[in-house]
Amino acid sequence: MGKPLSSDSWQYRGLNAANPGLDHLSNGIIDLVKAGRNVVAGSADLQYSNGLNRFAAAYPNRYISFGISEQNMVSAAAGLASCGVIPFVATFASFMALLACEQIRMDVAYCALPVRLIGHHTGISLGFYGTSHHATEDIATMRSIADLAIVSPADGAQLEAAIRASTDYDRPIYFRIGRGRDPVVYPSTVTFAFGKAHEHLIGEELTIIACGMAVHGALEAAKAMNATGRSVGVIDMASIKPIDRDAILAAAGRTRKMMTVEEHNVLGGLGAAVAEVLTDEGAGVKLRRHGIYDEFSLIAPPTHLYAHYKLDGPGIREVAEAFLDG
Amino acid sequence: MTLLRGRARFIRLETVRLIEIAKTGHYSSVFSAAELFAALYYDVMRLKPGEPRWPSRDRFTIGKGHAAVGLFPIYADLGFFPKTWLNDYTRLGSPLGDHPDMRKVPGVDFSSGSIGHALSNGLGMALAQRWTGESYRVFCMMGDGEMQEGQVWEAAISAAQHKARSLIAIVDRNGYQLDGKVDDVMNIEPLADKWRAFGWEVHEVDGHDLAATTELLRRVRADDERQKPCCVIARTVKGKGVSYMEEEPGWHLGYLHPSDAQAAIAEITAEGK
Repeated sequence: MGKPLSSDSWQYRGLNAANPGLDHLSNGIIDLVKAGRNVVAGSADLQYSNGLNRFAAAYPNRYISFGISEQNMVSAAAGLASCGVIPFVATFASFMALLACEQIRMDVAYCALPVRLIGHHTGISLGFYGTSHHATEDIATMRSIADLAIVSPADGAQLEAAIRASTDYDRPIYFRIGRGRDPVVYPSTVTFAFGKAHEHLIGEELTIIACGMAVHGALEAAKAMNATGRSVGVIDMASIKPIDRDAILAAAGRTRKMMTVEEHNVLGGLGAAVAEVLTDEGAGVKLRRHGIYDEFSLIAPPTHLYAHYKLDGPGIREVAEAFLDG
Repeated sequence: MTLLRGRARFIRLETVRLIEIAKTGHYSSVFSAAELFAALYYDVMRLKPGEPRWPSRDRFTIGKGHAAVGLFPIYADLGFFPKTWLNDYTRLGSPLGDHPDMRKVPGVDFSSGSIGHALSNGLGMALAQRWTGESYRVFCMMGDGEMQEGQVWEAAISAAQHKARSLIAIVDRNGYQLDGKVDDVMNIEPLADKWRAFGWEVHEVDGHDLAATTELLRRVRADDERQKPCCVIARTVKGKGVSYMEEEPGWHLGYLHPSDAQAAIAEITAEGK
């Protein structure tokens, strides 16, 4: 047998090598090494899925292959961090935030060690791989662990910015990232600060607070609605914890209604975090929490799922308009 | 050995004293490991008294974190924190609880309490030397019941793969876990063969024979030729030193009324004299 003849045929490594969106994670960590930071990276048999193969090729002596043992990876990363090495360890968000949840709680967060946990292919971005590979609970589990920051970047540029910002953050961080195919939201010059939201649009009727892949759709929806005379604002809450309370309350002070959008169960995620702030402060605005409505996702290609669950631009617009008119 | 025997006795006596303050604690889990603790902290490990954060120190992680009550007196004795802390063991606001917390207790190299994590933590510490340039050993003590945790074997296979030769595991093979005899609850034998099959160098020793234990631990610590991690299976007696605790595994957790504590203290004090 020779190699496949058709250029449409593909194999895993070749396909992923052709996805430039996967470069951001490695690029961010490579920059830290170049800046003299004592960082290492590791993965649980998924270096071609998260793009860390790029880091491993650049710094083979700083890459640790953990095999398919996520719990050991997280606990070992904590051991590394306790001895002065900053580890970035990555696996699918479903495995990171659920399978290794207790290791994260005990060894990383409770010990307050500067481990960088990368949960990639979060939400329903693994499409027809199904529920075992979906992570619609990871914000909820990670958010309830004390002393653990949660960052959900909208795109690769924001991820790189957050990795740069992490050098001044000595606590553990959970990065919740996509599959490297998120549409571009930011220029490469974007900056990131823990606890600071990125305000895109100011609106008087509605403010949409989104995170991760939903930011792009929220912007698309808001722009389309504003073009018809509506006044819709958009805030990117990439820093889910610590959350930007001031940005939430400022938005509550100027809009009648608020809406959150996330690739996550509406229970326990970004929407819940925003609701907590609003309730704490007695902000009298109506809030619509949009996301996955406490169900296990259907099986379909990711873009089909985003359309089905109204997490893309047209879907978010539909939900937002119904909310405003309801 | 007289000094080490005295330290092992000190560990047992302090454990009785501290549990009297807490009114509940893990006597027999400490007693099986008292000689191991003494050998490690007073002979084998490279440490600097009074400097718990010395970067070049040997590290110690413990899977059976409930034996911390036997470690705290050592740390106070080594000047890692004031001895007066011990008097408030487990009281509101005390850094000292049933399980060790590295953020609160100088001398604790890694927090513990959830069984099965410690070998992975130790693996990370061992690997870190490649990027810090330090040269130390990492001792990881685990209970024999802990061998039932899957993560232990993830760490074991990983440590061999990464040639973590500075990692030395010690299994406190005292034979009991909460629900009964380890090998009745979930048989872990053949234990030495398991570790060998996972790519480790394996040694077995009587964990109450201080001379043999100390000699073995010194030797494996000093071995610069070994290219693989090392596991020491220490055969011990749960509750060693207090006769009725040796016969009743329920003393894994318990409380001695002061009158009974006096008798236990007398038996521990008489041992070896």
